[in-house]
Amino acid sequence: MSTHDGQGYWAANIRLVTWLLVVWAICSYGFGILLRDALDAMVPFGGVGLGFWFAQQGSIFVFLALIAIYAKKMAQIDADFGVRED
Amino acid sequence: MDLTTLTYIFVGGSFALYFGIAIWAKAGTTGEFYAAGRGVHPVANGMATAADWMSAASFISMAGLISFMGYDASIFLMGWTGGYVLLALLLAPYLRKFGKYTVPEFVGDRFYSTSARVTAVVCLIVASVTYVIGQVKGIGVAFSRFLEVDFVTGLWIGMAIVAVYAILGGMKGVTYTQIAQYCVLISAYTVPAVFISLNLTGTPVPQVGLFSGTEDGTPMLAKLNQVITDLGFAEYTAQKGGTMNIIFYTFSLMIGTAGLPHVIIRFFTVPKVRDARASAGWALVFIALLYTTAPAVGAMARLNLMNAIQTGEVGSPDGNLAYAERPDWFKNWEATGLLKFEDKNGDGKIQYYNDKNKEFAAKAEAWGWKGNEMVKVDRDIMVLANPEVAQLPNWVIALVAAGGLAAALSTAAGLLLAISSAVSHDLLKSTFMPEISEKQELMAARIAMAAAILLAGYLGMNPPGFAAQTVALAFGLAASSIFPVLMMGIFSKKMNNKGAIAGMTTGIVSTLVYIFTYKGWFFIPGTNMLANTPANHLFGISPEAFGTVGAILNFAVAFIVMNMTEPVPEEIEHMVEDIRIPKGAGAAQDH
Repeated sequence: MSTHDGQGYWAANIRLVTWLLVVWAICSYGFGILLRDALDAMVPFGGVGLGFWFAQQGSIFVFLALIAIYAKKMAQIDADFGVRED
Repeated sequence: MDLTTLTYIFVGGSFALYFGIAIWAKAGTTGEFYAAGRGVHPVANGMATAADWMSAASFISMAGLISFMGYDASIFLMGWTGGYVLLALLLAPYLRKFGKYTVPEFVGDRFYSTSARVTAVVCLIVASVTYVIGQVKGIGVAFSRFLEVDFVTGLWIGMAIVAVYAILGGMKGVTYTQIAQYCVLISAYTVPAVFISLNLTGTPVPQVGLFSGTEDGTPMLAKLNQVITDLGFAEYTAQKGGTMNIIFYTFSLMIGTAGLPHVIIRFFTVPKVRDARASAGWALVFIALLYTTAPAVGAMARLNLMNAIQTGEVGSPDGNLAYAERPDWFKNWEATGLLKFEDKNGDGKIQYYNDKNKEFAAKAEAWGWKGNEMVKVDRDIMVLANPEVAQLPNWVIALVAAGGLAAALSTAAGLLLAISSAVSHDLLKSTFMPEISEKQELMAARIAMAAAILLAGYLGMNPPGFAAQTVALAFGLAASSIFPVLMMGIFSKKMNNKGAIAGMTTGIVSTLVYIFTYKGWFFIPGTNMLANTPANHLFGISPEAFGTVGAILNFAVAFIVMNMTEPVPEEIEHMVEDIRIPKGAGAAQDH
């Protein structure tokens, strides 16, 4: 494999990971902590609201989705750049 | 059948299962002992990782912590799950591609330095030993409570069981017992939760029940807030700690999770790089089952407990439970010392309220209350007493016993494996006695395991200082030392040996010093230089949250030193390029 391919593969990987980590940070530190009160006021339910839900349940579900998306997208990127394992 | 017999059947049955697996999964090579021959299915590895990860603390103590901390306990919920995203996206696939057996081995090869490797071994041992002390204590407590033996006997029974399958089977034996242990612990956790949620909210799914209404239509959490604020406690769903500390604490747990060696080495056991990615996802699926149930258990158990004691209107003479009429579970847990009542005003009734809330205490005094009479409510009973409070059948209580023991055993075994393989593989085989044969190394690994078990048992009996709180600190230590060095090893081609060593040393030393400043040197009480209160903390950051700062210092020092010293050799840059590409990960790389 040429170095050029390697760089392209790595750049695609970094792009994907960056986006996923942005979502990761927004859902946990954003929705669950910093914006918690605002979200609770905006979408109240269950005696509290969306902010509390994100802090104790929602962020965990988002984490699960992020890893699933990562595994799936990376498999695609592996194939696109011809670096997939046999 | 009576409870004791049922407990022995459930616990005995689960132990027989673990022993059976130990004999079946005996390790014949170092590859099997360190990495289970790299033939573990990603879903199976995910399950084993979940058991490895969820300790007695997660199983027994976490719901109780949530019960009393309310919203602030989100630190643990997000911190201990969010780390898996970092592990999956940033570390696991690359370390699997590297294809060796231990974390220090990666550090040593990537930073072309035996000193870097030994520094990593020291960091690994400091973090893992800190962690294992808490686990061994947990084993002692769990065994003594469930099998009705004393703490020391319980501790050594537990260690003997771990010894059988960990020494025989190494990673292979540990992996397959952890899968069995996961099944036991998750059913033990969810079955009572389902019943409690049904009783309180009418829905069998605890995650939904947490946000549902109770019989009279008021949301469960609103009712809980009402009940506890009526008694002078802080609102359950309100934030109590400083935002800065919450963020730093959560981040420290997240990067600590990603940097804990006993979790990382689990990803060396799967066949391929893409399996490592998927396996981290599966691990989180299995962990999330417990972690999303825990907040429901915490809130519901708190409400049940408060309602059991404050039976009527607050302040009215017959609003409180009479001590003579207390239910059986109350008596049972009083006998263990986890609940303690003291009739301060001599009225024969139980007043459980927050007497530290001055405004409320004044009101309470007018009613003839003379202080909080529940002088001890151990947070662990929130899980342990759950089935009894909810009046579930005896087999559920027996199942919870087997589950608690499974959780304690699985984590201790995983940690002991990380410690012993660092000793036999990194110190002995690669540094001090490279001439030993594979057979001799396998024997050395078994001896190292036996020694680690004896040492851990000894430390569990005589913990240096206060060991219960050391679990959270272990994350800070891993966060400040191991996570940054792995990140730089993968994501920076330029990071050199001197930078890595300086960074690791700075990270772990600064974090240790900060912890010791507030908790006492080597946790010896009375030797702390400052009182452990938020007012004394640097920028309000507690010792448990300092791992984040340690990690930042680690990165900063590493980059400064790197720029002042000679650059990395070219072959190392090629090695990093190779790690970044999945192709060619080889099923088993013996060396």
